[in-house]
Amino acid sequence: MKINSKNFIPAAQVAIHDPDLQKAVSTGTHSGFTKRQAAMFADGHEHGEAMRQQAATIKRYSLSILPELLEQAEENMQANGIKVLWAVDAEEANQHVLEIAREHHVQSVVKSKSMVTEETGLNHTLEAAEIKVLETDLGEYIVQLGEETPSHIVVPVVHKTKASIKKLLIEKAGMPPTDDTEEMAKFARETLRSRFLDADMGISGGNFIIAETGSLCLVSNEGNARLVTSIPRIHVALVGIEKVIRSVEDYATLTQVLPRSATGQIMTVYTHIINGPRLAGETDGPEHVYVILVDNGRSEIYTSDYCEALACIRCGACLNACPVYQITGGHAYGWVYPGPIGAVVTPLLKGLENASPLPYASSLCGICKEVCPVDIDIPRMLLDVRRDLVKMGESDLIWDISIKLWAQGMRSERIFTMLGQTASLGQNLISKKLAGPLSGWTDYRSPPIFAQKSFHQLWKERRGKSNEQP
Amino acid sequence: MVDMLYPYTGMSAVEVLRYLDIPVDFPAGQTCCGQPAFNVGYHHEAREVAKQLIKAFENSALIVTPSGSCAAIIRHEYPKLFANDPVLLAEAERLASITWEITEYLVDGLGITDLQSALKEPAKIAFQDACHGLRTLGLKQAGRTLIGNLENVTIIDWDQSEICCGFGGLFSVKMPDVSGAMLQKKLDNIAQCGADFILIGDVSCLTHINSGFKKQGKPPAVRHIVDVLAESIRSQI
Repeated sequence: MKINSKNFIPAAQVAIHDPDLQKAVSTGTHSGFTKRQAAMFADGHEHGEAMRQQAATIKRYSLSILPELLEQAEENMQANGIKVLWAVDAEEANQHVLEIAREHHVQSVVKSKSMVTEETGLNHTLEAAEIKVLETDLGEYIVQLGEETPSHIVVPVVHKTKASIKKLLIEKAGMPPTDDTEEMAKFARETLRSRFLDADMGISGGNFIIAETGSLCLVSNEGNARLVTSIPRIHVALVGIEKVIRSVEDYATLTQVLPRSATGQIMTVYTHIINGPRLAGETDGPEHVYVILVDNGRSEIYTSDYCEALACIRCGACLNACPVYQITGGHAYGWVYPGPIGAVVTPLLKGLENASPLPYASSLCGICKEVCPVDIDIPRMLLDVRRDLVKMGESDLIWDISIKLWAQGMRSERIFTMLGQTASLGQNLISKKLAGPLSGWTDYRSPPIFAQKSFHQLWKERRGKSNEQP
Repeated sequence: MVDMLYPYTGMSAVEVLRYLDIPVDFPAGQTCCGQPAFNVGYHHEAREVAKQLIKAFENSALIVTPSGSCAAIIRHEYPKLFANDPVLLAEAERLASITWEITEYLVDGLGITDLQSALKEPAKIAFQDACHGLRTLGLKQAGRTLIGNLENVTIIDWDQSEICCGFGGLFSVKMPDVSGAMLQKKLDNIAQCGADFILIGDVSCLTHINSGFKKQGKPPAVRHIVDVLAESIRSQI
């Protein structure tokens, strides 16, 4: 996917003035957040926190031994009959899929939800090779019909109202007009069902890979992932290298926090643990299963100070909780991963210079860390990326000058005291609107009012009045 | 911000401490903790400003501030900012270990939960938890305890107290429209919360929210916790 993160501020501006988007994102994120809180703490706050910390420890431990786990996972998957391929970048990942498709004479593909394939832009590659691709997750299907990109990691069409979805289904898919959500879902289900039966290849992502058993794990709700991974002759899963975990026991913990954080469910409707292709004597399942382990910038993060970002299990809880995401929606972030975690991983995966506004798209309120099922310190990383941006000289000149001047003033008690004495006089020069980089502030707020006397002055006067302590 | 915008909030803090017979000094050399520069990534400049603060407090045994956010940066960031400075690291760590937000100091530090004072008029009060205080210092109960024990106070629970007002320091300057939309939500929620006023432990959020009300021609709805504590003491004396 092409990156457009530099454009965050104007894109956010457009989102703010789009009433449909505001309504949809506000409703969707509020619902996601509320359900998450209820599910996470259904057995009390302490229990929820303990689960979260256990998951955090597991993911960090997995990362600490990731190279070994990857080798073990490869070995055990191969022993299970899964063919394992490695992809350094997006292009190699797409080429692998294309080669597999050619080898097996694939003409039509059904896909279940996969953010990694959004990263690699797989659909475009397949379509360019004249292979038909159909997204079968309902949200992704709507995204595909609208020729859009997902605006949320878990809820791809959180930015769309029911009315706009209805319009799209009528215009692009020939749905008979209806306002009933169930009817709409039924129409989509029926439309998709026949395509599953015709498809030669199913493509999925992967939520986890269990190294010790060589298993690919997927959680889903709509049943489409079950069909994608079992009906077509070929199943290809594209999975980020950071998704490998140690054991079934670890999976048991992670699979508790993921649905709770993502959709407020105790468990998803479907849980898939795929151990390989159809065995002799079995009546269903694909003939071939491929797992493509995708790096695409991750190993660089792994060896940097930002390794913790790879603990992310892509639940979307930080998006729902983030007051910035709630205003801007996901598209403003300009790449695959929006919200707080996107503001960290986008610059890391795509280059700081290509995503420089994103780390600043946060008031550092810290709620992202609070809701993260693996306790990633997102605010800390946002601060660190900001530091790196300044070091690289990616900050605007006006900020360089302003901060340096400000720091000069703050370093000196004399200048500071003088500022305190004169600020209220200068107030008269400030009308209702500030100038320069401060001008946007006064669109929503009055300029701050400086006191007649600073605390420094008040304190000095009180000391002067009496010899005793003021 | 207290110094130039809300000096009387500083005075309220002094008043509360004096009422409890705690000797107070205000080292005149101090300016700012450096947070504005730190938060936008200018660590060098933040360090330069922090050096001034470290020097100003070199003879102080304990630091109390009416701002959770300043306490948070001193406690959590100063040791990291000076990690590579063999001379100042020890002093930065000392500062980190002696700095408290004022309600935290009174309740958790001294075990004082009741000022034995009262508001003149009955008031329904809701709290807005300043994000840094809440999430980096774990401040939640201290202010509520002190205020809740004043006579004439009814504390109103509302589910928006932990949601950011959109200030975020220079975030509100860099992204004024996104921040402004967050502020508008906060103003709407405050208007509906049913309290006579909102209390907060940080002048930055206080300034932001009240400036928003003022822009719309409405009276300020937010007050600082220590101003109300000081007022209750004053009505006692």
